[in-house]
Amino acid sequence: MIINHPLLGPRDSSEFVYLGDARLLNRPDWQADNALEQFIDYGHTRENPAGLHRELWYHEQGDRSWLVVTRNTVTHEITQVELARDVARTGGRSK
Amino acid sequence: MHDLAPLCALGGTAPHIDQVAGVTLTENPGHALASVSARLGQEIACAEHLGTVLGGKAPGVGTWVRSEPMSAFWMGQDQWMVTAPFDTHEDLAAQLTTRFGITAAITEQTDAWVSFDMRGDGVERVMQLCANIDIETTPVEAAVRSVIHYMGVYVLRSAPDALTIFSARSSAKSLHHALLTAMRSAL
Repeated sequence: MIINHPLLGPRDSSEFVYLGDARLLNRPDWQADNALEQFIDYGHTRENPAGLHRELWYHEQGDRSWLVVTRNTVTHEITQVELARDVARTGGRSK
Repeated sequence: MHDLAPLCALGGTAPHIDQVAGVTLTENPGHALASVSARLGQEIACAEHLGTVLGGKAPGVGTWVRSEPMSAFWMGQDQWMVTAPFDTHEDLAAQLTTRFGITAAITEQTDAWVSFDMRGDGVERVMQLCANIDIETTPVEAAVRSVIHYMGVYVLRSAPDALTIFSARSSAKSLHHALLTAMRSAL
């Protein structure tokens, strides 16, 4: 499997480490009234789609960037690769 | 006052040199190193400072800019490693901290790394055995981070027949063993 790194080009998936669902980028507000429920959901609830899935991959044997990879869990086809920091900043995060 | 004898990473008082067929592997203790990481919101100013230091531009993705006395290679987004001759720039990190001010976090790296220079006819065949790098298509002045025998390395191409390899000083002998074994197999 090849991951097309947005900066470095096509790289073998063995260079990467898989973390999991990309929703981990969206950490809940710890000061919200229902913070406990939100964090339980954030920590434990996961979709398990047969199809497109956005997930976090870490380029451990490369530039050590975090990526958001959109992968089809049925075919393993990778349709989109983005830098996680770009995704986070687009979503309104400052860091 | 302690009277400590400086040693090279492989333990000798002089740099270790190996020759296999037409390729020479030389330990190079002559680098002073400092990492430069742009602070949040200071990415452009930091890159401009680095460009000034190098007399041109900061290294782009996967590249190495060689200059005198300082050179730098790209490590990641908004992160670079700056190198300079140890004899004249032992205090490299302090010099850079003064120049970059609040735009970057500068970290002294000199004693954390070992450097090997590999030169000669056949370095591509050696690297093919060592690392997951498409070395035939890697141009001169490229800087690639990869793994050799589970050890993280930066491989810098200084000429078609010459590579510079940086890795952790603490595993210098393991890396030396890996490189030498590959040289004996490939050449």
